[in-house]
Amino acid sequence: MALSEQEVLAGLAEIVVEETGVDAADVQLDKSFTDDLDIDSLSMMTIVTLAEEKFDVRIPDEEVKNLVTVGDAVSYITSAQA
Amino acid sequence: MTGTISITKGPEFSRIMGLGVARGENVVPNADIIGPIDSSDEWIRKMTGIATRVRAAEGTEMIDLAERASLEAIKNSGIEPSQIDTVIVSTITFPHITPGAAPVLADRIGATPAAAFDISAACAGYCYGVGQADALVRAGQSKYVLVVGAEKMSDYIDPTDRSISFLLGDAAGAVVIGPSETAGIGPTIWGSDGAGAGLVGQNHSWTEVRNGASFPTLRQEGPSVFKWAAFDMAPIALKAIAAAGLTPADIDAFIPHQANMRIIDQMVKQIGLPASVAIGRDIVDSGNTSAASIPLAAERLYRDGAVKSGDIALQIGFGAGLVYAAQVIVLP
Repeated sequence: MALSEQEVLAGLAEIVVEETGVDAADVQLDKSFTDDLDIDSLSMMTIVTLAEEKFDVRIPDEEVKNLVTVGDAVSYITSAQA
Repeated sequence: MTGTISITKGPEFSRIMGLGVARGENVVPNADIIGPIDSSDEWIRKMTGIATRVRAAEGTEMIDLAERASLEAIKNSGIEPSQIDTVIVSTITFPHITPGAAPVLADRIGATPAAAFDISAACAGYCYGVGQADALVRAGQSKYVLVVGAEKMSDYIDPTDRSISFLLGDAAGAVVIGPSETAGIGPTIWGSDGAGAGLVGQNHSWTEVRNGASFPTLRQEGPSVFKWAAFDMAPIALKAIAAAGLTPADIDAFIPHQANMRIIDQMVKQIGLPASVAIGRDIVDSGNTSAASIPLAAERLYRDGAVKSGDIALQIGFGAGLVYAAQVIVLP
């Protein structure tokens, strides 16, 4: 069954925390991966790969640049698994 | 039909007999290259783990580095150059499409008339060569094979390129592979994915250069290559361990291609290597030297006292093609 946006956010936050060590409370929908969470391009690819595994979705490399905020990623994953 | 073809039969096993390396003479710190890419020492260390890269001095060519590494490997193997019957050079930077580097190298080191050919498998080339040499020896086709990964990457870099040039160094690494009483080289797990050919490689073809394009330099789609290397290569490494009849707990050293420290760290995690495993991290000082990087990292591990002769090492190369190869070996 497809997960809700809240469930995807919680799962994604776990990945981001594991990869970057940021506080889970900081991983909010309106936060920018680059500007707010200080995530570089290689960490972003790691997060994307781990999210693909966790949510059983495919996120093409060329799509990653469009995932500016945590909310962008949550929306993409939510619709990709539907 | 008047006759039956006889075939050769070789020894059951092969092994690496000796190792030799040659690094570019100049140690180039990040501070020397950050200007044209508007970067910083801190950024390069954070993104790649590299503090310095080795580059050839003026007048030193890729074939010179190959010769130095080869003579050291042959000496360490306890044989004479004339006993080498096959020379395999893995390179993407020999400045001739033809002739190949291997015949020239064979002649320089006194191995003529050894069979001699080049492999174009970029950063996987050393492991491709080891796989070929192992097969040639066990088939009885060759007795002593010299495998050399040699690169002068600095001939193909663009100082203003922020994708790959700042990673690259010049060096050569060589091994001699010959017959063995015991298994010294496990099955090679190798493959390719040409759909990713555009992710890393030279920016212009030679025919485009003839038609007015600038001299080709290397480029990569860094994040995509990172994702492929850091995550898709772990299953290949695990297959190589399993094919050798071992488990990660049996591995003494992990010697991956030195592409980026972040890739190495993620691979260690993904493969699930125990903390006791010595990890090749020569990239910090030597940079990414393509086909030479695995033997360089091995030499560094010996020098640091992290490995000894007889240890079991997992080595994996991966790069432009895309191509990859992995095998478990006994260190000489």
